[in-house]
This record gives sequence, structure tokens and C-alpha cells, in this order.
Amino acid sequence: MAEFFTSNPLGVLLLIVGQVLLIVVPLLVCLAFLLYADRKIWAAVQLRRGPNVVGVFGLLQSFADFAKYITKEVVVPAGADKFVFFLAPILSFVLAMIAWAVIPFNDGWVLSDINVAILYVFAVSSLEVYGVIMGGWASNSKYPFLGSLRSAAQMISYEVSLGLIIIGIVISTGSMNFGDIVAAQDTGYGIFSWYWLPHFPMLFLFLISAHAETNRPPFDLPEAESELVAGYQVEYSSTPFLLFMIGEYVAIVLMCALTTTLFFGGWLSPIPGLPDGFLWFFGKCVLVFFVFAMTKSVVPRYRYDQLMRIGWKVFLPLSLFWVVLVAFLAKFELFGGAYARWMIGG
Amino acid sequence: MASVDYTRAAKYFLLMDILNGFRMGFKYLLKPKATLNYPHEKGPLSPRFRGEHALRRYPNGEERCIACKLCEAICPAQAITIDAEPREDGSRRTTRYDIDMTKCIYCGFCQEACPVDAIVEGPNFEFATETREELFYDKEKLLDNGARWEAEIARNLELDAPYR
Repeated sequence: MAEFFTSNPLGVLLLIVGQVLLIVVPLLVCLAFLLYADRKIWAAVQLRRGPNVVGVFGLLQSFADFAKYITKEVVVPAGADKFVFFLAPILSFVLAMIAWAVIPFNDGWVLSDINVAILYVFAVSSLEVYGVIMGGWASNSKYPFLGSLRSAAQMISYEVSLGLIIIGIVISTGSMNFGDIVAAQDTGYGIFSWYWLPHFPMLFLFLISAHAETNRPPFDLPEAESELVAGYQVEYSSTPFLLFMIGEYVAIVLMCALTTTLFFGGWLSPIPGLPDGFLWFFGKCVLVFFVFAMTKSVVPRYRYDQLMRIGWKVFLPLSLFWVVLVAFLAKFELFGGAYARWMIGG
Repeated sequence: MASVDYTRAAKYFLLMDILNGFRMGFKYLLKPKATLNYPHEKGPLSPRFRGEHALRRYPNGEERCIACKLCEAICPAQAITIDAEPREDGSRRTTRYDIDMTKCIYCGFCQEACPVDAIVEGPNFEFATETREELFYDKEKLLDNGARWEAEIARNLELDAPYR
């Protein structure tokens, strides 16, 4: 039986499809509840009740919304480039999903254990901007176009500092494999051995850049409902809109998973002695998502020039300086080698 | 050289405003909700609340309206239309009493003008309809409303009487 899955081409295919489904299906189910949590937290901070009608405490709201979206009419604006118009949401959904292939959920629980995992994630999340640009352009309408232009500039700007922040982690670990990065954070001191402590200021820079990268409030300028109605999503309805929205949220959850993996020790237990495991990873992801949801509720939207100023004049120099500092600290193995936990060579 | 406000710069880099925002956010997150579970819970209504109109009757079943047309005259939106002629027993009554609820601005002047408390605005505000035509109320509908809401209307009028 085991031979069928390892040697027979059909068996290998089935195995891969099974593994993919094992990630995608629970991810989407989790996403439905995270969406609900997002709305609930947002509502609670504003002293509202939030969704509370569909199911117990409104828990099934996201599923009701899902049914609503897919049964609605698909409207294609006159003069829209049909092919690109429908390609855009598919692209943004697919790209957000495939990045999950390299995220380790537990020791060894990873779909493809590649050594350039970080590069892969960043290649994929850089491509995500194409979904937005194509959607905005193919709509043949001015607000979507403006929204997509903003989005392009924003995502490119913050990708730079996000990449530089990660270089610091990569230098510390000496590997781009997520499994190695998590393993390097296991020095026996529990919560204090994770990278958030040695890379402390970068944790905040990373979180803020992640907000900007995923077009999340307070940096939701591409959508900015008070100015651009909904930005690049204006002309989308029904399932294409749903795909855009799921893509966006999957990207946000991916950023939560990245923060967890890079700064909070992935599946490692925060207290030495307790067993490590998937639940720690899950719990940390949810906590980071809670921070995302709270930020959405309390921070007002930034102006476009403020966004660009923070990106290029604050984050870029800071993260660049940090890379140099970490390189120095790692080279001479200062602070007891806290910055030089090389998993390969060393 | 321009002077630098170091306190402000430090606050900026330590994300003080964001952290303050989070503190406030957490405070409000745990507070009781300000909104109501609307269809199941409703807010209190003043006795003076001006909702859906109703034509009232005397306790003996005689309709109050004497077709003086003061309400029609005062209605700023000209939403009320009244026709009247003497009944067999010689008393003057309306043959037609229409309110176009799509024109009505719920100012309550008709209620103020009425010398016999016949036309009143009741406490009901949930009378949405699926078609526009259903909002053209006639005498029958208004008398019906009067019958349905008489208890609340009488109570509200009594509570409000000392201030009139």
C-alpha cells in the first residue's frame, strides 16, 4: 500500500492532492471563523454587537456570506477586458493559497520542505500585487484604476523593508528554510529564546509592514471606502469578489503565520518542559491575528504621503541599519551568539 | 538649524499614539454593548413619539372625526385629503379620509390641530410595506390602526396631557 503512494505516478499525484486538500480545507474553514472574529472584535471595540443572528452567536455568518456571494449575479462592466477581469481574482486567490506550501505547521508538517522557503514566499507575495493591478486596470473604470495604482506603489514600497527585516533573521539563522528558522529559536529558554527578543524592534516593523503589504487598515488605501469606494474591487461582484476577499484574508493569515514562524518560534512551546506542537503554532497565529483585528479597530487610516514617508524614510533606513547591525553581531558572535544560531555550516 | 522636538520624536518612534489607541481599544472591547438586539429588544419611546397615524373612536364606537378639515388645512406636506357630507342622522362625518404616508413628514401638526383628538400619531413605527401603493392610507386603514393601538394611544395622551 505504501509503495503505491511512493512509486506509482497516480499514487504520488493522489498523495499530493490529498496533502494540498489537508492544508487548504482546514485553512479555509479557519478563515471563515477568523473573518467572523475580525468582525466581532471590530464591532466590540465600537460597542456594537457584530454578527449574531446566523447560528449560535452568529458563528455561521461567514458561511451564510459565502452562500450569498456565490449565488449573486456576476456583473461585467461594459468595456472591461473580460479575460484579465476574471483572471485577476483567480490570480490573487491562487497566489495567496500557494504560499502556504512552505509554511511549517509542526515539526515536519510542511507540504514542500524547500531550502529557499523565504524567497519563495516573497516571490509569491510580490506577485500578489498583479492581481490587484490587473483587477483595477481590467475594470475600465477610474476608481478601481486609482486604487490599483496606489496598491502597486504601496506593496512594492513595503516589500523592500519586509525583505530587509527578514534578511536579519536569515543572517541569524544561516538558513532560509522555515523549519531551520524555528529550530534555531529552540535554545531551551522557552519564550525568551525566540527571535522576538534579539530582533525586538524589527517585530514591530515587520507587523506594520505586514499591515501595509496586505492592504489591511490602517493602510487600506487601495480600498479606502471613503475616497475610492472600494478601490480595485469596485466593479467586482459575486464569486470574483469573494475570491478577492478570500485572497486578501488568506494573505493576512499568511502574514500571521510568518510572524509566528519568524519571531515567535512557530510550533515551539513558550514554557520549557511543555510539549511543542501544532496547537502552539495555531494559538500564536490567532493571537497575531487578534493584533491585526485590534489595529483595524483603533488606528485611523493613514494619508497616502504619510504611508510613503513611513515606508521609505523610516522603515527602509531602520531595517537597513538593523541588517548591518545584525551582520556585525553575528559575525563576531556577540551577546553569547544570540545573533549567530547557524543551522548550516557555522 | 531647525530645532527638533525630541519628546515628539521619541513618542513617534515608541508608537505612543498607537499604544494609547490599543489601550483605549481594550477598554472598550470589554464594555457592555451600546446597541440593542433590535427586533427582539427595543428602545424606550416617549409618549410624544410621532409614529404611524390612527383615527380614534369614542368608547361607544362613534368615530371622533367631525370633518372640520383643520388637519388638512395645517398639513405642511398636504398629505391629507378629506371629503365630507352629512350622514342620515344629520351629523357631519367624513366620507373619505386619506393620508399619503409617502408625503407625510410626521410633524404632528394634524394631531395638534384636531379639536376632538381624532387623528393622532401613535407609537408604531414599523409599518414598512413592499409597495408604494400600500402607503396611501384610507379611512378604513386609519380606523383599523385606531382600533389596534387604542390602548397605547390613550395611555400616551393621558401621560402627555399635563404638558398640553
